[in-house]
Amino acid sequence: MEIIITIIKIIVVLGVMLGCVAYIVLLERRLSAGIQNRIGPNRVGWQGLLQPIADVMKLVFKEDIVPTKANRFIHDLAPIISIGVAMTTFAVIPFGDRINLFGYDIKLQIADVNIGILYILALTSLGVYGLTLSGWSSNSKYPLLGGIRSSAQMISYELSMGLSIIGVIMIAGSLELDTIVEAQAGWRWNIILQPIGFITFVVAAFAETNRLPFDLPEAEPELVAGYHTEYSGMKFALFYLSEYANMFVASAIITTLFLGGWQVPFVHSLGLPDFWVSVIQVFGFLFKIILIVAFFIIIRWTIPRFRYDQLMNLGWKFMLPIAILNLLITGLIILLI
Amino acid sequence: MEKQKPIIHRKDLRWYEQFYIPQIIAGMKITLTQVFRPKFTRQYPEVKWQPPPSFRGRPVLVEQNGVERCVACGLCSRVCPALAIEVQASETELSKERYPVKFEINMLRCIFCSFCEEVCPEEAIVMSQDFELTFTRQEDGIFGKDKLLTPLDKLKDRLEFLRKMR
Repeated sequence: MEIIITIIKIIVVLGVMLGCVAYIVLLERRLSAGIQNRIGPNRVGWQGLLQPIADVMKLVFKEDIVPTKANRFIHDLAPIISIGVAMTTFAVIPFGDRINLFGYDIKLQIADVNIGILYILALTSLGVYGLTLSGWSSNSKYPLLGGIRSSAQMISYELSMGLSIIGVIMIAGSLELDTIVEAQAGWRWNIILQPIGFITFVVAAFAETNRLPFDLPEAEPELVAGYHTEYSGMKFALFYLSEYANMFVASAIITTLFLGGWQVPFVHSLGLPDFWVSVIQVFGFLFKIILIVAFFIIIRWTIPRFRYDQLMNLGWKFMLPIAILNLLITGLIILLI
Repeated sequence: MEKQKPIIHRKDLRWYEQFYIPQIIAGMKITLTQVFRPKFTRQYPEVKWQPPPSFRGRPVLVEQNGVERCVACGLCSRVCPALAIEVQASETELSKERYPVKFEINMLRCIFCSFCEEVCPEEAIVMSQDFELTFTRQEDGIFGKDKLLTPLDKLKDRLEFLRKMR
């Protein structure tokens, strides 16, 4: 029975996640259009709501081109790594409290791992393999430059990302994501307790997901399309999907660690039955994720791209000391209290 | 002597500006306000653009009292740099004495230069405001008299413009 419940959870979560990712693409297109005083896609379905389906249909029927002298196996493998990493990261993120459904007590988390954060950090750093291998195997200069940039960038930002999480771990006293969420009950959100950690983590998350202020691996003006220049058809679609899935997962991690996860303040004072409280919490979690994603998108259309040396300066000379400082201050305060 | 470089005056950032965050928030405010401003996009097939009279669209023949003004002198055909116009003349009982039996403009060749319009002594061929010229076969690109003849009152704007500008 456990296995069946887990499989159902996986299917539901994957379905919701892919649907959300598809509509995040639409949200990005509509929002960026609005920011540029355009209208954006509004022809397929009501207000363009079927546009993601049309996009996928188009990409499925596109020819799959592999450059001559490309390393075919790795060329095929790279998008699989990218999308696989993006999808598996979501496994440990709790998206709701326990829910009682048809007499079964179900925990709304696919895998209850007691080292949840470590798992997330490990997998997100695997994501760089997808980009680097795709850049290397394409046998083309622009993807190679993009791949090299992505590896350098991700390694620089991994460090401050990890360090800014440690403050959260110290407050909760556990690596388990569930415990971290429960420690943020009510308004004790980590964004209030750890504002500096929040900022450094968000900046590092931008760098990890290759979103615009740090999208050097695919900087269009310099590198055509960066690491996925030589990809077409469904393989390109996988990269595209993994970029947005990464954004979704990064938002989910930010929400879990700093914005109280599935905690919705005052929901218990409404006096609803437990089932509806859980449902509200799940939707509250999704709502927070969408807000962060919208933040990601607005930032993309606001801030220009960093130069490579500025990126490295920011990562090593600014983010890292601030993260360590934040760590020391947090430790001191915990010791004193 | 070395050319002097222009001096760029940059203001030093104030201490709170060095954190960038207030600036980022200010920038986001600007981008977000753009969302609620009027859009520039025209919803094309539904909302069409009305070209001004100076617009050089598809060349058409002016139809007055049910017949074309054209006297089939062949000047347009001579002047056409893209060799798009073909005229065959014949005699008629009307006062203009000559009329075109066949008047074809190959829209695959036409370059919308309006030379035919300039050279025409009878103001019989003018550029219309029609810019939607799609056809799916090459043969459909040759527009005969049936497609070219346009009533005079539809072309008043352009004729007025021509009289004013000449």
